[in-house]
Amino acid sequence: MFEEIQKVEFTKEMKKDYTILVPSMLPIHFQLIVPILRDSGYHIEIAGGDTRQIVEEGLADVHNDICYPCLLVIGQMMAALKSGKYDPDKTALMITQTGGGCRASNYLSLMRKALRSIGYPQVPVISLNFSNLEKNSGFQFTVPMLVKAGEALLYGDLLMWIYNQCASHELHKGDSKKVLDQCVDKLTRQFQKNRYGGLKKNYRSILDAFAQIPRDDAEKPKVGIVGEIYMKYSPLGNNHLEEFLIQEGAEPVVSGVMDFLLYCFTNRFVDRKLYGFKRLTDLPTKLGIQILYGFQNGIIHAVKEHGVFQAPTPFKHLITLVEGTISRGAKMGEGWLLTAEMLELIDSGVNNIVCTQPFGCLPNHIVAKGMTRKIKDRFPKANIVAIDYDPSATKINQENRLKLMLANARMEEKKASGVHQPEKQPSKIGEEILV
Amino acid sequence: MCYKLGIDVGSTTLKAVVLDHNNQVIYKSYERHFSKVLEKTVEKIRELDRLLEGQHVKAAITGSAGLGVANASGMDFVQEVFATAGSVKQLYPQTDVVIELGGEDAKIIFLQGAIEERMNSTCAGGTGAFIDQMASLLNVSVDEMDALSLKHTDVYPIASRCSVFAKTDVQALLNQGASKENVAASIFGAVVSQTIAGLAQGRPIEGNVLFLGGPLAFLDGLKEQFVKILKLKPGEAIFPELAQYFVALGAAYYAEGLERTYSYRELLSIFENLTDLGDKPQGAEPLFRNEAERQEFIQRHAKAHVEKKSLAGYRGKAYLGIDAGSTTTKVVLMSGEKEILYTYYASNQGSPLSRVQEILNEIYEQGGEGLIIAGSAVTGYGEEIIKNAFDIDLGLVETIAHYTAAKHFNPEVDFIIDIGGQDIKCFDIKDGTINSVMLNEACSSGCGSFLETFAKSLGYDIEEFAKLSLRSEHPVDLGTRCTVFMNSSVKQAQKNGASVEDISAGLALSVVRNAIYKVIRAHSPDDLGRHIVVQGGTFLNDAVLRSFEKLIGREVVRPDIAGLMGAYGAALFAQSHVQGESHTIRKEDLKHFTHTSKVTRCGLCTNHCGLTVSTFANGKKYISGNRCERPLKGAEAKGLPNLYQYKLDKLKEYCHAEGKRGKIGIPLVLNNFENLPFWTTFFRELDFEVVTSDMSSRKLHAAGEHTIPSDTVCYPAKLVHGHIINLLNKGIKTIFYPCMTYNFNENISDNRYNCPVVAYYPEVIEGNVKMPDDVTFLYPYLDLENEKVFIKKIHEFLGRHFDGLSLWEVKKAAKAAYTAYYAFKADIAKEGERAFRYAKENGLKTIVLAGRPYHIDAEINHGIDKLISTLGFVILTEDSVAGMGEEQKVSVLNQWTFHARMYRAAEWVTRQKNTQMVQLVSFGCGIDAITTDEVCDILRRKGKLYTQIKIDEINNLGAVKIRLRSLLAAMEEGCD
Repeated sequence: MFEEIQKVEFTKEMKKDYTILVPSMLPIHFQLIVPILRDSGYHIEIAGGDTRQIVEEGLADVHNDICYPCLLVIGQMMAALKSGKYDPDKTALMITQTGGGCRASNYLSLMRKALRSIGYPQVPVISLNFSNLEKNSGFQFTVPMLVKAGEALLYGDLLMWIYNQCASHELHKGDSKKVLDQCVDKLTRQFQKNRYGGLKKNYRSILDAFAQIPRDDAEKPKVGIVGEIYMKYSPLGNNHLEEFLIQEGAEPVVSGVMDFLLYCFTNRFVDRKLYGFKRLTDLPTKLGIQILYGFQNGIIHAVKEHGVFQAPTPFKHLITLVEGTISRGAKMGEGWLLTAEMLELIDSGVNNIVCTQPFGCLPNHIVAKGMTRKIKDRFPKANIVAIDYDPSATKINQENRLKLMLANARMEEKKASGVHQPEKQPSKIGEEILV
Repeated sequence: MCYKLGIDVGSTTLKAVVLDHNNQVIYKSYERHFSKVLEKTVEKIRELDRLLEGQHVKAAITGSAGLGVANASGMDFVQEVFATAGSVKQLYPQTDVVIELGGEDAKIIFLQGAIEERMNSTCAGGTGAFIDQMASLLNVSVDEMDALSLKHTDVYPIASRCSVFAKTDVQALLNQGASKENVAASIFGAVVSQTIAGLAQGRPIEGNVLFLGGPLAFLDGLKEQFVKILKLKPGEAIFPELAQYFVALGAAYYAEGLERTYSYRELLSIFENLTDLGDKPQGAEPLFRNEAERQEFIQRHAKAHVEKKSLAGYRGKAYLGIDAGSTTTKVVLMSGEKEILYTYYASNQGSPLSRVQEILNEIYEQGGEGLIIAGSAVTGYGEEIIKNAFDIDLGLVETIAHYTAAKHFNPEVDFIIDIGGQDIKCFDIKDGTINSVMLNEACSSGCGSFLETFAKSLGYDIEEFAKLSLRSEHPVDLGTRCTVFMNSSVKQAQKNGASVEDISAGLALSVVRNAIYKVIRAHSPDDLGRHIVVQGGTFLNDAVLRSFEKLIGREVVRPDIAGLMGAYGAALFAQSHVQGESHTIRKEDLKHFTHTSKVTRCGLCTNHCGLTVSTFANGKKYISGNRCERPLKGAEAKGLPNLYQYKLDKLKEYCHAEGKRGKIGIPLVLNNFENLPFWTTFFRELDFEVVTSDMSSRKLHAAGEHTIPSDTVCYPAKLVHGHIINLLNKGIKTIFYPCMTYNFNENISDNRYNCPVVAYYPEVIEGNVKMPDDVTFLYPYLDLENEKVFIKKIHEFLGRHFDGLSLWEVKKAAKAAYTAYYAFKADIAKEGERAFRYAKENGLKTIVLAGRPYHIDAEINHGIDKLISTLGFVILTEDSVAGMGEEQKVSVLNQWTFHARMYRAAEWVTRQKNTQMVQLVSFGCGIDAITTDEVCDILRRKGKLYTQIKIDEINNLGAVKIRLRSLLAAMEEGCD
């Protein structure tokens, strides 16, 4: 039981006939990315599965005090391996790894521990990271793969963004989902034919397709979803929060993953600015940021030009909003980005916010729950509800709190109907040392 | 015009209100629904026939369990807090704050300024159900508890965060002989603190406060505590007559605005046509598939039994075993042939001493002349006090008692699990010694009393309730985390219309899952063992036993005296260990037995332990509540080398420095425990006067409690709020508390992170603690690793706040600061070596008490170091030995400095004789979920024991003592 854990490499040999399991997370994005990886010769499968079984498995295989997303990610992988659907000698697992100061950076190691404890130490775990934490010879991004995956992320962000605006207003239930599936199919076929590029054209056709859905123009409360990244996006994690909000007659507002990528990139400068860390060259990072900015602007521009839907907020603007609320030095977990997202929502007129987090999430003590007071002092109309998720948190409890938030949202809507709220000036500017 | 009907379906009660055309209340009712939500609702509507017949009615449903009813019936639903706010605006528009306590919810509504409404988060139990639980713990009705509380003379601090903690505190107080009056008042006090800490989250509760909900309507003692603690002036506290109906009223007012109206007949038929509430949860497998399976089960377990013999007329030697548990007293009188002559198993009803006195009387009465008590032993929470009171021959730690008894049933036993009323104990046995002890802690406390309270709240006694479960077809899934969560899971199951049978079986299953997943954390049956003995009163519940066997997929032994194993073990122990004549109290002395107890506070150190001094008829005195020997042996008693104490004393030298440039206040918290020598020296060299906050205490914590935004953050972080308030109270105008992502590079880890909470807590302070305008809170982001960069940054930063600081000055000060920091570290390491040498030279055992730098705070560690010291150990800190440890390969990312120190210290421990490690973990420390497994691995791989102690606000050291004594026993039996 106590032998050391060996890292099993995913080799080029394995690429041929191994199935690679990934955890479910961003449903739309993953639908697009998985076929791309498959076309590049990786046999990717999304683990997913029955929630109860996943939780049960997670409880058995990881330390019970670890956070909920970790439990869900590892739980679904282990449940999949144990299901008999996959040959443990021909299966690898793949997850992302960030390497920050949050315990989440340990998912990978905990995954290996779990594998050891269920008796499959031979299963390689591939780390998908951009910080050179671990390398696997068998899994490498080729340029076309990277470009396609990047495009898939952009499409995913746009589709998620527009879908939420449509689904909450569609006259015939299911129309938006249908259009969403059609778009995904179409894009997948394009990727298969190695036709990439043409972002603009595709944006346009996505927007057109959604615009054709018959929709009501009822005033519905808009509800922003922010939070720990897995809880924010994964329906498995947040008990299908978007669906619930739509059902309740609200319009969910969920910003894309592009912001998170940009957050990770820009954080690379924080240590240098604050603590004088040295780096050989910042050029690649700077270049990366510029490219991502460009892509994000592409989407925003397309939505604006099209004129039917609300456009997302550019990261460049988002970053300025935290000034005076929290320092950008707070960079563990979702860090200042989470605070910024709340501020951005309010800034764009969405006062109702659900802040999702695993029970006892360490960074969120600071950047979410710790900042709520400050945000409310500044914007008295902010209607923020923090929802904790964990294996035993019941849906009824969560829904009850969400309903309270929605009741308040509707009341405010009635009262204000259109009057812009005055903003109080920040009481005190946070201090930090910046060069 | 029409009538308005509001129905509030809460977690335990159903309230209904009818308003007439003029919005006058013409009907109201408040009843328990015993989870028969649907039946009760239909019944209610039927009852209203005379009132509503022929009327047009508008109706709305509200309440935590009302959603299911609303969905199934298609009636309008209004969220309960929203409903409350509505009725308050109608009836008491002058209200500033509403506090509402319900069965399992607590809510707060701020009406002045920006409206804010909040409910208790998923982890917070200080509510009606909590009060019910506490009352049953005191063995009184809620009304009696209320009456008692009004006669209190003293209020003790009781952990208010969650009912599980509070229970532990209450238990300890009762066992120490505190009066029920005071305990009752303290329980209400805890509910108030919970409301402030859990709900207000930084917003002050002031102005006109309206109190609502059942408990606040009925309980005067609770009202009294609220008014007192919130410091409300007369007239500011409003306890409206209809307090418990406000939610239902709100629903009725809400109904007024709806369009739909019903005739009474329509309304009735809607509800009568509801058969169930829809989505029945998919339950687990039934406990038995068929009758044959059940018979086999019953017969198999009937085999494990002990012979009984009548006590009347027994002549000869007998051995007395007492297990003074936290809620129950268990006694066994055993013959020389190990037969059972007498047993007792019942609640101690909050007064363990009187209970034992009665039992002994009964034994002497029944036994007659020929009975000779040849030996006696006592174990359990009440060990010390019972031993002193009745001159019991021996005391032994529970683990040994249970092992002794289990061995009697299966000499090969290698795993024992005991689920009692309040705790779960598991021990793993290797080569005849107890290898590891696992106890349930916060968040894993689903035990027997939990089942009992639940049974009661659903209107059953526990035996009946247990029997029901055996008939369950689909036990409901209730989760595993904590009893409070289970409460809401049951609520959900009720909503879904689950039967009592299924709920009962589900509860049994969740107790077992809690034990296996949370306490033992087993991956497979082999992790437990091959010869498992299960015991404890809770296992007499066949549903629990069956669930356990099913879940681990293995047959286990359950002795017929499962609930008496501790006492039987003690009797066996007495038989084999008492030499010479027994001193056990005689029949005649027993008649004159009296005891008095007095509560006092020890003033010999800053821990200020609450002492209970009990005096007995035999003249013996017993002091409980102390952590160290000083109140017993006098202030002069000199302890063994204790690095915790040494380090703390050393740090105190840096708590003040003189200077002329102005005053700088430094809170003595989190990262400052690590860097205090650095900062004090730095500012002193710059000619600032340095003042730190006072040492932590419960009182200091309470002063800042209302500003804590996240009630699930660790206790060390929560304390920061109190420290800042403390500095403000001292009149400090400049507070310095830096954000530190990184620590010094000690070259022992891949990165040198702090955890997110330690790193960025100053941000929380800035955002949540209101400071006067003339106070400057300095919280720069700093890294100390690179001296040059630090000088540059800090010079720039301070330059913005203070005039005339030259770069040269800062350079000089920094140099001194770095020197002081390194000198401090070196001194701790040197003292560690010295202490260890002392231990070796004197043949003493050593414990490395591993934690984080701020764990040396006595309010955080609750004096555990002193407790360990009294057991005869020399104590080292993790940082005092980390330097001697070798690099440790760990299977997780090693990026946190404090973690790396623990890994190294653990490695060092594996190479030392007579040395073990005990790890302190703060409750809520998510990041220690990672270190604990690793440290455990490092130690066990080399055959060392692993002991983990979780600490929080509670300062009941009972469980800690069991652990440490078991550890000591194991070390004495050969594990070095």
